[in-house]
Amino acid sequence: MGRSLKKGPYVELHLLEKIDKMAAAGVKKPIKTWSRASMITPDFVGHTFLVHNGKIFNSVFVTENMVGHKLGEFSPTRVFKKHGAHTAKVTK
Amino acid sequence: MPRLLGVEIPGDKRIEASLPYIYGIGPSWAKKILEQANINGDIRAKDLSVEQINQIIQAITANNLLIEGDLRRDIQSNLKRLQAINSYRGIRHRRGLPVRGQRTGTNARTRKGPRKTVGVQRAKDKK
Repeated sequence: MGRSLKKGPYVELHLLEKIDKMAAAGVKKPIKTWSRASMITPDFVGHTFLVHNGKIFNSVFVTENMVGHKLGEFSPTRVFKKHGAHTAKVTK
Repeated sequence: MPRLLGVEIPGDKRIEASLPYIYGIGPSWAKKILEQANINGDIRAKDLSVEQINQIIQAITANNLLIEGDLRRDIQSNLKRLQAINSYRGIRHRRGLPVRGQRTGTNARTRKGPRKTVGVQRAKDKK
């Protein structure tokens, strides 16, 4: 079920504050965040986020197409394993 | 075999049953379209007059339905968008794995295709 329209999109408040602050100061720095559930709003476009995946922070550069998606969608939490991949590593 | 909107060729069936042969029109849209065109759904598709066919075409375009090539293109562009932005769903599409969180340890055969046995791949320089 989708989220109620009345509430609007879920965005962690501190992200918005940080972006406002950076816009006011005229600088752009990567924003480190654990908030994978936050929706990407149009203000985010052009910013870089370091999105935690439980282990490391993956850098996500937000483009226009990403608006409406959640930050976590761009920071995979699982490693895709293939057969034989480990043998190649062992020989090196 | 009457033609509808270019290449559509529904057969010897009732129009209500042959309209869903058009990609993008299912049973419920077929019913709605025929209702709007004021045509009995039990008439065989081949028995339709030119007038009636035009009415059906009009009803389809009036509903702004995406059909056939347009719909396929729309779906493809959606997939391409998801893959271009590197979202989780895009990655799953690229790998041909289920997109909506289903298990993959077993089942998932629709997405993965027929079972293929993967043997151990030996390193090349070792023997």
